[in-house]
Amino acid sequence: MSDFTNGFWNIYIAVLTIISIIGCGLLLWSQSKVRMEKQPGEDPASVGTTGHIWDVDLTELNTPMPRWWMWLFYITIVFALAYLFLYPGLGTYAGKLGWKSSDAYQSELKKAEAEYGPLFNKYLQQDIKAVAADPQAHVIGERLFLTYCAQCHGSDARGSKGFPNLTDKDWLYGGDPEVIKTTILHGRNGQMPSMAAALGSDKDVENVAHYVLSLSDSTHDPIKAVFGKSKFAMCAGCHGAAGTGNQALGAPNLSDKIWLYGGGVETVMETIRKGRNNTMPAFETFLGEAKVHVLAAYVWSLSNAPSNADQK
Amino acid sequence: MDKLSPDLAIVKMYSAREEIYPREIKGRYASLRWICLWLTQLVFYGLPWLNWNGRQAVLFDLGARKFYIFGIVLWPQDFIYLAALLIISAYALFLFTAVAGRVWCGFACPQTVYTEIFLWIERRIEGTRSARMRLDRQSWSLQKALKKSGKHAAWAALSIWTGLSFVGYFTPIHALMGEVLAMGLGPWEAFWIAFYSFATYGNAGWMREQVCKYMCPYARFQSAMIDKDTLIITYDRQRGEPRGAKGKDAQNGDCIDCSMCVQVCPTGIDIRNGLQYECIGCAACIDACNSVMKKVESPPGLIRYSTERAITSRLSLAEMRRRVLRPRVLAYMALLVLIIAAFFTALAMRTPLKIDVIRDRGVMAREVEDGMIENVYRLRIMNTGETPHRFHISVAGIDSITLATPPEVDIDGATTRAIPVRVRINPGKGAHGSSTIVFEVTAVDDPAVEVREKAVFFVPR
Repeated sequence: MSDFTNGFWNIYIAVLTIISIIGCGLLLWSQSKVRMEKQPGEDPASVGTTGHIWDVDLTELNTPMPRWWMWLFYITIVFALAYLFLYPGLGTYAGKLGWKSSDAYQSELKKAEAEYGPLFNKYLQQDIKAVAADPQAHVIGERLFLTYCAQCHGSDARGSKGFPNLTDKDWLYGGDPEVIKTTILHGRNGQMPSMAAALGSDKDVENVAHYVLSLSDSTHDPIKAVFGKSKFAMCAGCHGAAGTGNQALGAPNLSDKIWLYGGGVETVMETIRKGRNNTMPAFETFLGEAKVHVLAAYVWSLSNAPSNADQK
Repeated sequence: MDKLSPDLAIVKMYSAREEIYPREIKGRYASLRWICLWLTQLVFYGLPWLNWNGRQAVLFDLGARKFYIFGIVLWPQDFIYLAALLIISAYALFLFTAVAGRVWCGFACPQTVYTEIFLWIERRIEGTRSARMRLDRQSWSLQKALKKSGKHAAWAALSIWTGLSFVGYFTPIHALMGEVLAMGLGPWEAFWIAFYSFATYGNAGWMREQVCKYMCPYARFQSAMIDKDTLIITYDRQRGEPRGAKGKDAQNGDCIDCSMCVQVCPTGIDIRNGLQYECIGCAACIDACNSVMKKVESPPGLIRYSTERAITSRLSLAEMRRRVLRPRVLAYMALLVLIIAAFFTALAMRTPLKIDVIRDRGVMAREVEDGMIENVYRLRIMNTGETPHRFHISVAGIDSITLATPPEVDIDGATTRAIPVRVRINPGKGAHGSSTIVFEVTAVDDPAVEVREKAVFFVPR
């Protein structure tokens, strides 16, 4: 691929490169011998200077380099030409071998796959709960988690604002091993629409917020909550009449004290007013199913298996 | 080619190499060189075969980035030791050069050592200097072909063994030899064996003194470290000149102009012309001249180790030796002793444990049960020793600071593990903003294995 918009520059560079290489060879060849004047009767073999004279009598002695040195120089020229013929280097010419850096990356991936593939495939044949009980798989899962998941969910998997805690029993989409695996494989896109227009005035939003907080017995104003209760019907479609959420939709349970974006009145009002949009990326193409399988086992074990307690 | 006018000559700027046929010589310095040769080569060829605690004693595992040297395992983080080793080597080179010129070149440099071995093979197969010169002048015959091919076969065999030994430092040599026997070498192993073998064969068989004269940077800068009080191989001009047969002319000096010193020289120079950059300090000419002096019943030492000042000012041996211990040499010695002591102290006191503390960036701090403030870190614990340990993690620095994750982890020998840890303080403790805390990781079974590492704890406003 060329970054130039005009094909001229590729040719310009290619021609310049070739001329330079050939020019180096010609220079070397033309300068390997010099002609010089000799004094009458002098033996040509004994001439000890290059014939260059400056400032009347300053002569340059000829201390010849070894000939193999010159041959090394010619070899580099041959190498350069062969290289430019075989590999990409001349303008947009792709080279006879068709070598690409992206192919080199792919072949490295293949090599790694050949080396580690059997191990991961062994785990892929096992049930996720069985993998979770395997200490070696636990260490592998931990490494994978720290490399690919910890940026958002934290090294301890306890999440932060907008990124769910994976160590508790509260799951947006369900905490069964297979569901966790599906979540990692295909990602999730959690959307809560803005409810401001549907609810009506800002006062209504505040009332609903207080009602939502009352569900988990968080700090709230009981009077405002009473007013908000009727309006909550609009939210029940996703969050359920009792506000216990719906894992099929990824609608959070509002009746516990676990908040993805925070549980203060202001934050809940902001959530209702503006909605929320959250994405967990899909890892299937990036990591492959076998690694995700081990990863799912690790994530599941964080809130389930006894191996969490005696973390080795 | 066009005809040159009679007053023009063609001067070649590159010249063909003139073959040098060093004559074999026996003597004190030749023996010394053979001793050095045996010592260095026994180490080089033998070391990969030594075992230590069930593994190869010296192995540089580039793939796993672990470097095993007898009882110690070095990690890339220990690169400083390699730097120290190179500094020690450099100072040793300075010291030896300041005292006795290019002794490294003459007695220990692989280029000299392998050339010596290759020459030894050449002499056994092709014969003495004159026989070799005669053989090279001859036209091709069956005998010549046999001798030449025999020599190259012997050289190649030794070279390949050298290449195998070299790669044996990077791939376990037992496995390597197994692969060789089963014809199952990996492409890179095969490449490096071929490369090192070819380098040995080419440098010691073909290039020889050309390496010293045109390739080696040490050759040039060692010459710059020589001064008037450095022991160098010197021809005593005052005693030797004018040259000529002994007793033929009363004026004649001790040099009988037999040219033995030139014939034995591996770089083909005449030491009687004084110190030259080609001289590698091998002292072959001293041995040669002394053997001749003995035959003509003159005192030895016409060519000898002496200093420039000793020759020009006619210093006595004691005076010359005293001057060798000049401030420069003493300074080099002091520095060398100091660095070597520091190197071994550091190596002995090295803890086979390293930790990196990486603060989680996703969450600065969070409030947990009872208003406690929690920070999350990732501890990369590197057990750089070979024994597995159970490590105990503790944290200090702020009042009431505790670890909220299990404090003990098991880590195998020569393995790294990243452990997520949560650290908490009670509400109201610790200043707002960042404070310094210290993690301490200790091996449960060996309290000497202990490392502390600083980190930052953040308390939000």
